[in-house]
Amino acid sequence: MFIIVALSVILFSIGNEKVPQNLTGGLLWVVIFFSAMSGLSRAFVSEEDRGTTLLLHLIAKPSTIFNGKLLFNLILVFLMNIVITLLYSALFEEFVLRNILLFLATFFLSNIGLAVASTIIAAIISKAGAKGTLYPVLSFPILLPLILISVMLTSYSMLGTSFDQALVEIMVLVCYDVIMLTASYMLFDFIWKD
Amino acid sequence: MNKYHLTAEQITKKFGRRLIFSNLNFQFQKNGIYGITGINGSGKSTLIKIIAGIISPSSGKVIHQFNNKLIDSENLHNNIGFVAPYLIMYEEFSAWENLEHISKIRGIKFNTELFNSLMDDFLLLERKDDLVKTYSSGMKQRLKFLFALMHSPKILLLDEPTSNLDDAGKESVYNIIKREGHDKIVIIASNEKSDLDLCDIKLKLQDFKL
Repeated sequence: MFIIVALSVILFSIGNEKVPQNLTGGLLWVVIFFSAMSGLSRAFVSEEDRGTTLLLHLIAKPSTIFNGKLLFNLILVFLMNIVITLLYSALFEEFVLRNILLFLATFFLSNIGLAVASTIIAAIISKAGAKGTLYPVLSFPILLPLILISVMLTSYSMLGTSFDQALVEIMVLVCYDVIMLTASYMLFDFIWKD
Repeated sequence: MNKYHLTAEQITKKFGRRLIFSNLNFQFQKNGIYGITGINGSGKSTLIKIIAGIISPSSGKVIHQFNNKLIDSENLHNNIGFVAPYLIMYEEFSAWENLEHISKIRGIKFNTELFNSLMDDFLLLERKDDLVKTYSSGMKQRLKFLFALMHSPKILLLDEPTSNLDDAGKESVYNIIKREGHDKIVIIASNEKSDLDLCDIKLKLQDFKL
């Protein structure tokens, strides 16, 4: 629902005017970021709201819980962002990808980073009082490097930049994913216990 | 023979600046029923959670050993059975579905016969396919005992085991506690006299506050 509302608001506010091509890539990631903020925290928050966190403590290892929640968020992120990208490309004629392979690589790596970062932040905020406010506030600085690189790579794929020329940015995305995944596994035990 | 050793070394717990208890030392080496008692707010539930590895102590450590082998905190959940009023099962599922899913997550075989007999022991057999949200608080409490016993744990941790139970429920719980106390360590945290009467040794928590 958020996806449709966000895209409709953008479409209505633009009206008949043409959006500069370099802006469309940025707008796509704005919609993706806010959609992620509205849905991905549920993995841990719903357990906390229902009071079933203790049950999970008693039936599985912390790493198993994290794997399960991460898998759920990965599936959700991929499904959600595929829908966003398809709708976006159908509604915005300026959004033309000249290097689809580069965009697919960006999309794949960014979604992994987004899911991992969102899962560990969801675990951190699940025990806090103002979860709804805290989640985007805490997520923004952590996801900012990912969003910036993703916007840049999306612009490259719209301009038709070759894969080799964008290799440095792709490697930054890979590093971001590896760092987030490693840090999450190392931290989760502490977050989960207290 | 179940040779489970539970050792607490210099356990201190603080929530912020508030000290709950300090320098708690004890050893439970023999099978039997042990009690933890103390006034409200003395930290009975906190201590039970620390023993279960759900929360960490501020300082000190709890050591679980089975046949002289250390059980690491990652695998502790497979060795303990836990019952508490604040433990909540998935209410959207039936009791049977809860146990089935939990068995799968725990990686244990779903033994229909064992589960049916446990359901019968806890007077839940007739309502096993009803959603947990339709259960009374006493029935939910009995279901928690099934959850605690389903994987044949080596140690049982019971926080206020008879809360919300009627006389028949209490009787069946006491019978189970006595039976389990013969071949494993059972720890009861409670202020109920009838619960504490089952215990061989009692630990008074207000003695451990500075």
